Amino acid sequence: MEGQEKIKNSSVLVIGAGGLGCPVLQYLTALGVGTIGIVDHDIISESNLQRQVLYYQTDINKSKVEIAVERLGKQNPNVKFIKYFVQLTNKNALEILKDYDIVIDGTDNFATRYLINDACAILKKPLVFGAIHKFEGQVSVFHYKDDANSTGVNYRDMFPIPPSPEEAPNCSEIGVIGVLPGIIGTLQATEVLKIITGIGKVLSGELLFMNALEMQFYKVEVSVLDQTTVFSIDEYKNFDYGQFCILNEKEPVSEISVTDLKNILESDRFNLQLIDVRELNELPVVAELIDINIPLSQINEYVSKIDNQKKVILICKSGVRSKMAILKLQRDFGLKNLHSLKGGLIEWLNFNNVL
Amino acid sequence: MKTEVLFFGIIVDITGKNRMEIDNCIDTFSIKTAIINEFPKLCNYKFVMTVRNQIVSDNKILNNGDVVAFLPPFAGG
Repeated sequence: MEGQEKIKNSSVLVIGAGGLGCPVLQYLTALGVGTIGIVDHDIISESNLQRQVLYYQTDINKSKVEIAVERLGKQNPNVKFIKYFVQLTNKNALEILKDYDIVIDGTDNFATRYLINDACAILKKPLVFGAIHKFEGQVSVFHYKDDANSTGVNYRDMFPIPPSPEEAPNCSEIGVIGVLPGIIGTLQATEVLKIITGIGKVLSGELLFMNALEMQFYKVEVSVLDQTTVFSIDEYKNFDYGQFCILNEKEPVSEISVTDLKNILESDRFNLQLIDVRELNELPVVAELIDINIPLSQINEYVSKIDNQKKVILICKSGVRSKMAILKLQRDFGLKNLHSLKGGLIEWLNFNNVL
Repeated sequence: MKTEVLFFGIIVDITGKNRMEIDNCIDTFSIKTAIINEFPKLCNYKFVMTVRNQIVSDNKILNNGDVVAFLPPFAGG
C-alpha cells in the first residue's frame, strides 16, 4: 500500500503520444499515477493505427493529445491529465518539464531527443528513454541519481553528437512492426514504476537493446564521461537544435510561412508548383495544397518533375523533411527556386482551423 | 583468430546482416577498418563500438572469444 501511495503522489510527463507513448500512458493510467502530462503536437493519421493502440479509425485527423486524454480519463478518472498540444522546443521545454518528477521520451526524431536529454540534465530529472528502429528497440534511464552515482548517466555519454535526420528516417518511411513499440513502451513504464516505488534496480548506466526478430536482449554498459558538459540555461535556450540535427551544415534553406503561402495561392497560383515530399501513403491528404507527390526517399530519381521556371514549395508534415529535400536538391542539382513550408501541413491545417 | 561482429539498428540496413565473423583482426581499430572497407557507406553514420558489452573509445586489443558490436542511436517512436 505504501507503493500505491507513492504512485498516487507522483507526476510523470510523457513526451510523444505515439507508438511508445500509447502503451506508457495506458499503464501509467492503470497504475494510478497522480498527474500525467502529455506533450504532442501531432494529429492521428491512418498509418499510425497499426501501432498506436489508443486511437480508433474514427479519430483520424484529430489531435492525439485530445483523444488520448479522452480515452485515458475513462480508463481511470482519478488521474489528473495535463494536455500540451505544442511542439516541444528548447524555448518551452524547461518550463514544461520542471513540474514533473519523471520525464518519458517517446518522440521520433533526434533533434527532440537531444533537447529533452539536455533539459533533463539541466533540471536533474530522471529521463526514461525508449526508441525503436524497424525490429529493434532501445531503453535506458538517464540522469538518474542513486547511492553510487550523484548525477546519473547522460545520453550524450553514449552518443555525444546528434546524427543527421537522414540517419533516422521516421517510422512511416522505414516501417516498424506494430507490436515493437508496445514492448519497448511497456519496458519504459516498468522503469517508471521502479523509480517511483524504489523497487528493483533501475536501468541506469546501461543501454538495453532488444531485437524482436531474434527475441534477444543485449545490454551495454554506459559510464559518465568527464567531457560531457551540461548547458547553462542561456546556452540551452539559444542552441539551434533544428539546424544542428539537419545535416550539421550551414546551408541556408528558404522557408515560407503559411500566411505568405495563402497570399501567393490567391495572387499568383499559376507560377507556383507545390510538391508533397511525404511518402505515398501518408495522411492527411490536403488536395488544394499539392500538385505532385515526390517522396523524399525517391527525390533524386524524380528531380526532372520539378519546374525550374516556377516558385517551388516543398511540403511535408511538420516542415523538417521538406528542408532536408531542399538541402539535397540544392547540393546535388544546384536548384535555387525551392522553398520549404514552415511548420508543414500541421501548421497549415492549424492556420485554417481544420484541427 | 576469428572475432564475432554484431550489427544493430540502421547499421543492419547497410550491412544486410546482423552478425558476421572476421578473421585475423588483432584490435578494434583493425575491425573498424575492415568493416568500413567492406561497407563504405558506414562512414556517414554515427555509432559506438563495444567489446564484451563495454564501450571502447580508444583502440583495444582483442582476445579470443571477444564479441564486437556496432551500435547506432535509434530515433523512432
